[in-house]
Amino acid sequence: MNTSQLNIPDTVFFAVLAGIAALAAIGVVAFPNAVRSALCLVVNFFMLAFLYFTLNCEMLGITQIVVYTGAIMVLFLFVIMLLNLGSPQAFFERRDLKWIGGGLFGLGLLVVVGSQVLPPLLKFTQVRAEATFGSPQSVGLSLFSDYLYPFEIVSVLLLIGIVGSILLAKRRIE
Amino acid sequence: MGWYHHLNPVLQDVLNALGRVLLFLVPVLLLVPGCIWWERRFLSWMQDRIGPNRVGTLPKNAKWLPGFLRGRSFFGLLQPIADGVKLFIKEDITPATIDRAIYFFAPAVALFPAFALGGVMPWGPYRNLTPIADVNVGVLYMLAVSSLGVYGIVLAGYASNNKYSLMGGLRSSAQLISYELAMGMSLACIVLANASLKLTDMVDAQMQPLWGAVPFLQNWFILTPFGFVSACVFLICMVAETNRAPFDLPEAENELIAGYHTEYSSMKFAVFFMGEYAAMFVFSGVFATVFLGGWNPLPIRWATIGAPGVQHFVELTAPIWFLLKCAIGITVYIWIRATLPRLRYDQLMALGWKSLLPLATGNFIVVALWIMATRLYGAGAGWGVSVLALILVFGIYKAFLQGPKAKNELVRRQVRLVDPARSTAALAKPEPEAPAL
Amino acid sequence: MNGVPLVAYLGLGLFMFTCGVVGVIIRRNPIVIFMCIELMLNAVNLTFLAFARYMPAKMIAPGVGPLHSATMSGQMMVIFVMAVAAAEVAVGLGIIMAIFRLRNNVDIDEMNLLRG
Repeated sequence: MNTSQLNIPDTVFFAVLAGIAALAAIGVVAFPNAVRSALCLVVNFFMLAFLYFTLNCEMLGITQIVVYTGAIMVLFLFVIMLLNLGSPQAFFERRDLKWIGGGLFGLGLLVVVGSQVLPPLLKFTQVRAEATFGSPQSVGLSLFSDYLYPFEIVSVLLLIGIVGSILLAKRRIE
Repeated sequence: MGWYHHLNPVLQDVLNALGRVLLFLVPVLLLVPGCIWWERRFLSWMQDRIGPNRVGTLPKNAKWLPGFLRGRSFFGLLQPIADGVKLFIKEDITPATIDRAIYFFAPAVALFPAFALGGVMPWGPYRNLTPIADVNVGVLYMLAVSSLGVYGIVLAGYASNNKYSLMGGLRSSAQLISYELAMGMSLACIVLANASLKLTDMVDAQMQPLWGAVPFLQNWFILTPFGFVSACVFLICMVAETNRAPFDLPEAENELIAGYHTEYSSMKFAVFFMGEYAAMFVFSGVFATVFLGGWNPLPIRWATIGAPGVQHFVELTAPIWFLLKCAIGITVYIWIRATLPRLRYDQLMALGWKSLLPLATGNFIVVALWIMATRLYGAGAGWGVSVLALILVFGIYKAFLQGPKAKNELVRRQVRLVDPARSTAALAKPEPEAPAL
Repeated sequence: MNGVPLVAYLGLGLFMFTCGVVGVIIRRNPIVIFMCIELMLNAVNLTFLAFARYMPAKMIAPGVGPLHSATMSGQMMVIFVMAVAAAEVAVGLGIIMAIFRLRNNVDIDEMNLLRG
């Protein structure tokens, strides 16, 4: 990597965002309390949205906040609290040998994949995409022309998801 | 300003942004106490009471005052300051069994979205002062930030470790998710008609001729047929998103003893309170920006009726008109609170899912039809089609969603003390005694 | 943001993905396991977007088309991943609620009805 290309403010900004995101990711796994885990995940998703902004993908960054922190994580918190209201003891979690085994496995995965995949990619430091590639206009154009069929299929999938979750959540009528 | 130009350009950007943030935040923070005063006075006026009118009365026999000011009361204008002092010096009780970190974190989270919402809202025609960031995903940004409002309430309810607070938090999360959908749909109609997500573009589009045909009026979105439907849906969702009456179920005091902020006292309660009023203020501003032509006081295009001077004056005094619109919005909030009783939970859900969401979705299709018809057959056909389609949407809505089935549901939930059919039968012939259970 | 190399984003994505894998292995609460899956999906999303922006030439398959459509494919994948994740969460949380209603317990190690 050529150090002359390093832009100090950008790098510091990225390091702060990435650091918070990584800490939050650890928090999701390590907090024994499910609500704390969920909050860490919210922080992580927020930082990811900011990282998407730094990648010039403003449309997807804002979608990330709307979809993940605004809807999915609220749903998670809702369910956690609903179950917590039913029986507060349901979330007591034992810690055992699995923690050590899982941690070692994770470390191994990180080292193996990191050492094999990342080095050949070190030379890519130049941005190739144009600056407006993440604007709502270009995303919308692409979504409704080249990717129209996948888009429609995904909408059907969402409809099925809605119907399925209503069926699951409905109390059986005796 | 010599020192400014010697700075690093990045630092210059940061300073500019900070200045714009202060220009937005300081007025909002200063006006929140005014909102509280206005709410108490206006509410008491509507309820035929006097309301707070004493704090701020000048002493009667002070020699140093001119005669006409002695003993004068200023409508209790200093009441919010007294309230603030009271909240500051009250005992700050922290319950013993709370989730400590989240408990202290929640009020800050509740305050954040109210202020962040103003980040893309232009309060005048001055592009280098406002909005704070004119991003090209402005409307989505607003939706994203307003969807974060639920976290403060949910976390406060959870951290209080109290059954009723938790219920308040749960109710609030269900309510906010439900109304966000209709709100997003109603904004999507405007975005589709406007073909831009930028709020500054939206204000500019509203300064064009009305319906593309009346040159001396401005095209405020509330004056177009689909824009009017959108505005109605958005107004209701806006009240629900700020947890104000009649949608104040999360803090219903007679069912949940104030819900999520039961366990909060002193300054922490004041922060929740301030967040609510700031949210009201900023949501009123958003409504004004999206539907009421932003900072324009009247939907008149002064330049085309031969008064460009008035246009210059309006542009110069834009913040005043914008603040006036926000004040009117808050007055409407208070008016609604004084008029409507609180909804029941099932009514709240039925209104959100069965009325507002279908209406907003139908409206979205109407906008699409309008665009198609305008492109194919010209503007007149477009407006004709959109009005006809809206009438059709209302007809379908009336027939299916408020039709016989929905009526049955209402009847089933009525409390009937005496069953009329049974009582007439009982009058005709005495019923045999029911066997003891 | 021009000074940050592609590898920085990929490294963060890899770290988050590993956290998700470890969480799925060691946690017992199905909701937390679900959250870890979301974490993995988001790590992949970040990778997609990073590649879409830096877009190493070898990553473009021949015949995909001009530069523009190749940049968009990464973003499109992210949109579809988000939509699928939303559907998955709606159904998955419904299943967890149903199990909880049935057994009044959500420990994943005790869900062994099918063990025979």
